[in-house]
Amino acid sequence: MNSAHLAWPCRPGHAVVAVVLVLVSFCQGVASGAEQVSIGSKSFTESVVLGEMLHLLAADAGAQADHLRQMGGTRILWEALLSGEIDAYPEYTGTLIQEILKGQVVDGKDELREALAVHGLRMGPELGFNNSYAIGMRRERAAQLGLRDISDLRELPDLALGFGNEFLDRADGWRGLQQHYSLPQADVRGMDHDLAYRGLASGALDATDLYTTDAEIAFYGLVALADDRDYFPTYQAVILYRADLQDRSPEVVTAFSRLAGRIDAAAMSAMNARVKLEGVAESRVAADFLAAELDVQAQLVGRSAWAGFWRNTREHLALVGISLSAAILFAVPLGVAASRSQAAGRLILSVAGILQTIPSLALFVFMIPLLGIGGPPAIAALFLYSLLPIVQNTHAGLEDIPSPIVESAAALGLPGRARLRLVELPLATRSILAGIKTSAVINVGTATLAALIGAGGYGQPILTGIRLADTGLILQGAVPAAALALIVQGGFGVIERRLLPAAAMDTKAG
Amino acid sequence: MVALASIGDGLSRCLTTPPVEATAAFQQNAAMLHLRDISKSYDGQPALSPTDLHIASGSTTVLIGPSGCGKSTLLRLIVGLVRPDSGTVTFRGEPMSAQNILLARQRMGYVIQEGGLFPHMRVRDNVILMARYLRRDTGWIEARLEELTDLVHLSMHLMDRYPSELSGGQRQRVSLMRALMLDPELLLLDEPLGALDPMIRYQLQQELRAIFAGLGKTVVMVTHDIAEAAFFADKLVLLRSGRIVQQGSIAELARSPADSFVTEFINAQRGPFEALGEVLA
Repeated sequence: MNSAHLAWPCRPGHAVVAVVLVLVSFCQGVASGAEQVSIGSKSFTESVVLGEMLHLLAADAGAQADHLRQMGGTRILWEALLSGEIDAYPEYTGTLIQEILKGQVVDGKDELREALAVHGLRMGPELGFNNSYAIGMRRERAAQLGLRDISDLRELPDLALGFGNEFLDRADGWRGLQQHYSLPQADVRGMDHDLAYRGLASGALDATDLYTTDAEIAFYGLVALADDRDYFPTYQAVILYRADLQDRSPEVVTAFSRLAGRIDAAAMSAMNARVKLEGVAESRVAADFLAAELDVQAQLVGRSAWAGFWRNTREHLALVGISLSAAILFAVPLGVAASRSQAAGRLILSVAGILQTIPSLALFVFMIPLLGIGGPPAIAALFLYSLLPIVQNTHAGLEDIPSPIVESAAALGLPGRARLRLVELPLATRSILAGIKTSAVINVGTATLAALIGAGGYGQPILTGIRLADTGLILQGAVPAAALALIVQGGFGVIERRLLPAAAMDTKAG
Repeated sequence: MVALASIGDGLSRCLTTPPVEATAAFQQNAAMLHLRDISKSYDGQPALSPTDLHIASGSTTVLIGPSGCGKSTLLRLIVGLVRPDSGTVTFRGEPMSAQNILLARQRMGYVIQEGGLFPHMRVRDNVILMARYLRRDTGWIEARLEELTDLVHLSMHLMDRYPSELSGGQRQRVSLMRALMLDPELLLLDEPLGALDPMIRYQLQQELRAIFAGLGKTVVMVTHDIAEAAFFADKLVLLRSGRIVQQGSIAELARSPADSFVTEFINAQRGPFEALGEVLA
């Protein structure tokens, strides 16, 4: 009875304590005297660069600022701003009107400001560039043909056009453009957008669609034809922030307004190119811009690769550790309950089964309205995801105990709880551990998706790597995640051997 | 005989004699167990029709009958592993219920065919589990463990093994130790020797009978082997299809059978031995 396995039910307690310690170190630095200002950015380079500028400006204005980089798409940033997870992020007027406030008729900037005020939000001044669709050509080709505006294309029916598939298919893409300008070109091909750039460079194509601040504009020496008949909606870059930021931290709002009209399309495109093509860090690019344009000497917190790795590791361990510990604490009792009554068993197992069928990404997104963004929704999703294997294996482990053993324990006069603690759970330990191991390995892998909703972890470098097409960066997240999964797997193997001497688990010879 | 005498010595030591007045009151009632109108069916199939059974203190009763006759169900109803559809089980004058069954089980010892030992616990922990749970004095537990190893002829060094490291016969001895640990008044055995090979089975039969005789406990045993039943029983209870056909000593059953089934059942198992006797003659 003094053998280790009988003490089994006490073990998870230690894990919880350890996890809480990790969590505390994860969250430290939050408490401080200065006003806390959180900046968000979307998952593309331009947004991250602008977010980094806001971050540096807020810090320069004396706030305790942080930047949740590449949190996701428009919807996630919008929800995060509404819920107060973040205080500000860079947005585009076209996106606000066409996507977020879709269904409302918003005409002009004043109406847009009013519509945003309803949500408790404010729109800062325009930054100075319009990141819209445009039609781009190589500079010398345009000069050679004497082209400046889109309407000039009407005179040249034989031009070879190649568009990204999305632009070609959208009603407000090529088809609308062609009607609007009465363009005669028949040689129009749909293709992958990166290939269109190469087609332009090689001379196989004359023109393609592009975003006006694409990094490739400078790289390939392109020029955007002017939208002289105002076909494309404007996507003026603006700063969106919570109305309460004005009261909490007026100096931060003032600092933001210094960016008004300071970034033109060429400057933005050049900054995008420095990040995407030259591999310069977003924070460095943003700091250089602020120094040159606004004479703001931002203090870059030099983050070494090791510091980044350590931070990702801590975040990842916190995500996995908290969600898995909570799952163990819930799922084992649920598995016990499932084995106690058939009806409860069916209910519990099918609910846990259904949770498992929800795609993990969808589960993360479902959590946002309930818990906001960042760690809590990610942990909640990972928790739900980890339940099934543990519940199932606890249930199966208890059901598989030969009935003579269960009945012998009952016939001794042991009450139900004591039978569970002394006989049944120890005998189900192997199965329960196997369930926990499965959950842990799945959890370590799935937690990389948590970066999509701003929870950090090893998913962060993977996400950045995908955005920058940087395989090295992707591996910086993928390799530690895989290694962690192997370590977890191996660790459980050791625990199993420690806890369960072979002779002790031979239920055949009872 | 020498061996038996030494067993007797061991027994007198390990018998904790109950208070005199309780014993007296008991023997006047003379009923350790009384099953009244007890019945059980599984999924609509009757396993035991309404049955009365009286078990006297200090007697050895053997429940016997062909497979599926309800003898094991009867034993499991007594220990409360199965709840009756109707009727009551009265143990030492007290009707059994969900409230008192746990306490009652502590005064019963239960041994099953393959021992039902807990595979994750060493032999010692199997035997003393309940005493530990009840926080009995450690000194008392150790002394009791030693007495019981003497009683069942196991050496102390086996106590540190796991059940899977013992032979079948050794496991049954351990199972008996576990059943006797709290010195119960009633010992219930469900085919305790059924899984053992014949030589070991014979040896254990001899030892078990000596142990029962020495302890003076009330014993209820289930077997399907008439020779084994005759060897142990003060009273046989012969069941068929969920009903008691006849109760009494083996001599009564043989001499004045209640019906032809009783004779058939006795003869069916006596057959091979008589055939052997004829061949040898």
